[in-house]
Amino acid sequence: MMDSLLSQKNKSTLPLEYSTEEGDLRIVGFWIFLAAELVLFGTLFGTYLVLQSHTAGGPNAHDLFEIGPVMAETIVLLVSSFTCGLSTMELRRHNNKGLIGWLIITILLGLVFVGLEANEFYTYAAHEGATLSTSAFLSGFFILLGTHGCHVSLGIVWIIGILLQLRKRGITPVTARKAFMVGLYWHFLDVVWIFIFTAVYLTGWVI
Amino acid sequence: MIESIKSFLGYFFVTGDPMIYGADASIALASIGIVVVLTYFKKWKWLWEEWLTTVDHKRIGIMYIIAALLMLFRGGVDALMMRTQLTLPNLHFLNSEHYNQVFTTHGTIMIIFVAMPFIFGLMNIAVPLQIGARDVAFPFLNALSFWLFFAGAMLFNLSFVIGGSPDAGWSGYAPFAGAELNPGVGQNYYVLGVQISGIGSLATGINFLVTIIKMRAPGMTLFKMPMFTWSILITSVIVVFAFPAFTVALALMTIDRLFGAHFFTIAAGGSPMLWANLFWFWGHPEVYIVLLPVFGIFSEVIATFAHKTLFGYAVMVWSMVAISVLSFITWLHHFFTMGNTAPVNAFFSVSTMLIAIPTGVKIFNWLFTLNKGRIEFTTPMLWALAFIPNFTIGGITGVMLAMAPADYQYHNSYFLVAHFHSTLIAGTVFGIFCGLHYWWPKMFGYLLDERKGKWSFWIFMISFNICFMPMYFLGLMGMTRRMYTYPAGLGWTPINIVITIGAFGMGLGFIIMAWNIIWSAIHGKRDTTGDPWGGRTLEWTTSSPAPEYNFAHIPEISTRDPLAAMKEGKTGDLRKSSKPYEPIHMPNNSGIPVIMSGFMFIAGFGFVFEWYWMGIPGLIGVVACMIARSFVYNDHHYIPVDEIEKTEAATGRLS
Repeated sequence: MMDSLLSQKNKSTLPLEYSTEEGDLRIVGFWIFLAAELVLFGTLFGTYLVLQSHTAGGPNAHDLFEIGPVMAETIVLLVSSFTCGLSTMELRRHNNKGLIGWLIITILLGLVFVGLEANEFYTYAAHEGATLSTSAFLSGFFILLGTHGCHVSLGIVWIIGILLQLRKRGITPVTARKAFMVGLYWHFLDVVWIFIFTAVYLTGWVI
Repeated sequence: MIESIKSFLGYFFVTGDPMIYGADASIALASIGIVVVLTYFKKWKWLWEEWLTTVDHKRIGIMYIIAALLMLFRGGVDALMMRTQLTLPNLHFLNSEHYNQVFTTHGTIMIIFVAMPFIFGLMNIAVPLQIGARDVAFPFLNALSFWLFFAGAMLFNLSFVIGGSPDAGWSGYAPFAGAELNPGVGQNYYVLGVQISGIGSLATGINFLVTIIKMRAPGMTLFKMPMFTWSILITSVIVVFAFPAFTVALALMTIDRLFGAHFFTIAAGGSPMLWANLFWFWGHPEVYIVLLPVFGIFSEVIATFAHKTLFGYAVMVWSMVAISVLSFITWLHHFFTMGNTAPVNAFFSVSTMLIAIPTGVKIFNWLFTLNKGRIEFTTPMLWALAFIPNFTIGGITGVMLAMAPADYQYHNSYFLVAHFHSTLIAGTVFGIFCGLHYWWPKMFGYLLDERKGKWSFWIFMISFNICFMPMYFLGLMGMTRRMYTYPAGLGWTPINIVITIGAFGMGLGFIIMAWNIIWSAIHGKRDTTGDPWGGRTLEWTTSSPAPEYNFAHIPEISTRDPLAAMKEGKTGDLRKSSKPYEPIHMPNNSGIPVIMSGFMFIAGFGFVFEWYWMGIPGLIGVVACMIARSFVYNDHHYIPVDEIEKTEAATGRLS
């Protein structure tokens, strides 16, 4: 079964992660999973945009958002996406050390991002009294950003798991597939952040 | 101290109703009975190794169907309780609160825990066989999907003996379903039970999408696929794009209820309408998730027993594609009366009516397939034939409901209740019964008895009409849905009596079917050919039940209906190959799906009662299982050639 499809293709031209039928199937499955994630975040964005003006006498976007920490989060996450891309390049070059190194840098940046975001949430809650239950606007805000933050945190745990496997097994078709897929996931979260930056912060400041 | 234990037990267990005590006793007895039987016959190891840890799509399919049949029994009992209460005016068989709980659990169970798992069961059994594959793309994930569904179903069903059932309807509308108006654990059970099984459904959608796109036998292009496989491909796309919206809606409701957020509350700027929109953005596509697969089943069965090629294959496919696209832009017709502007209502009115066009095309294609066919009236064919007129009635009343101005008249009346039961019973339920009889020999190696099958069909089908036809008129006479009793003198009483008789008739039909299953297990005709019906597609080229690896050689396809083409002498023998056998790569069984779902159940139960000391460790268990799985590298084995030869020789396929 596993070789039936590949017998027609030239195996040597395929990257390692696509070289087995199993790897090929899982990568396609993961793309479809990301499509489902897109709907999930789309629904959260829709919810947030509907509730954005429902501040119920509590703080609104203007009162709350500060440009400094948000820019820091954005830059850190975008750079982490870049380093994640470099890790995939090292994967294609079959350089395990480089792959591991760039992945470690990626999760360190991810941790900084999560820390900055936690600090942002804490600032809002402690200094402005803006919590999940203050208003519908803030419910939407915290859950949209919180869902993204949870995804990043889960991604960090996932990369750590893959790092352990890469260290033990080196680059094999299986570990290559895992490293490639976590890269897709990481870039996806970056794309979501771009939309958050636009739909939440940018419209918050402008409108 | 004793007082506080007493008050806890009073809160924890549902008390005060003799029927609930009866249910407590029967659940306890059934559980003890199962444990005793398994221990006495030393079957624990067998249960664990052959079933609980299996990743074989055929066994997972069987488990889905068993669970769905049990849930159908539960949902059916709910229905009969409601009909008993409504037989005569001013009855007190159920009080208003209990009645609310019963219609809520009836609806939720029938859609989420009967229709979907039954269809998932049939597609698990048939799709890999129809496309000539040895399993689905992700067998481990498939097992996980099943166990998540099962954990969700069990959590939801626990509510009626522990803590109290949800009572806000299967659509769980805000603000009534929110924490302020609906305190207690009932709605928590709803949001969490449905959420857990929904994660499994999403995974199934992804799994079958990849399976069908990537794992078809060589030569089987998309437009040579069997129609059932086509319907599952399109359904999987709908699942992938509709379910995440529901995941979000349920999560937001959970956060509202447990952590005091304001998504759907009246206070602090929340929007109850937002719930209705999010729910039905999933809920309307969901209707087609449970309908398109049975369209596929009927297409297979009608072609097989009319002994003709399906009429208008390509049109059948494109009409399903059209339905799937339209299904995403009609959700608002579920709440025309909630105060939308006229242009909005008009748009959704038109988009809803448009669905009648591709659906009508399909109806005519089935009729043209029958035209000049040599029709064989087997039990599956009877279900398929009954579907056409009965479902059409449901469809046409749907067009009536789609007219927004008229909908103000019959919205939420028994007219609506009759409409959606006409589509969901004459469509989905007839379809799953049809598929059950059709693929039963492929699942178990023997046929269900035709005589008993026909009895159950005629009783169920006639009773269905006795039950739901009068409901249209009752609705036009003004009786609204979800009312727990009604005064005498409105002229509703005789019709309600007829409806209740019909409902119990359907129960009788179901009992005969259950009896048929038991009887046939002992006396049923064995299927030694693997092709008891004169089938047209690949699943009938392998033995019944299919061997673990499905096909010793992956068949090569050159036409639609490859088995029919082979019988007509157009192609060579699909069952035999001159090539030598090769060891077959198979996935290993795994205990992780069932254990992980157990943790999910624990987490869900903890969050239902807002016991975070229980919920959070449960979630940690889930994550630990995911990590453990990531480190499993020894996850497959090979079936050696001599074992394949032995199996094939036993079926007579070895020349």
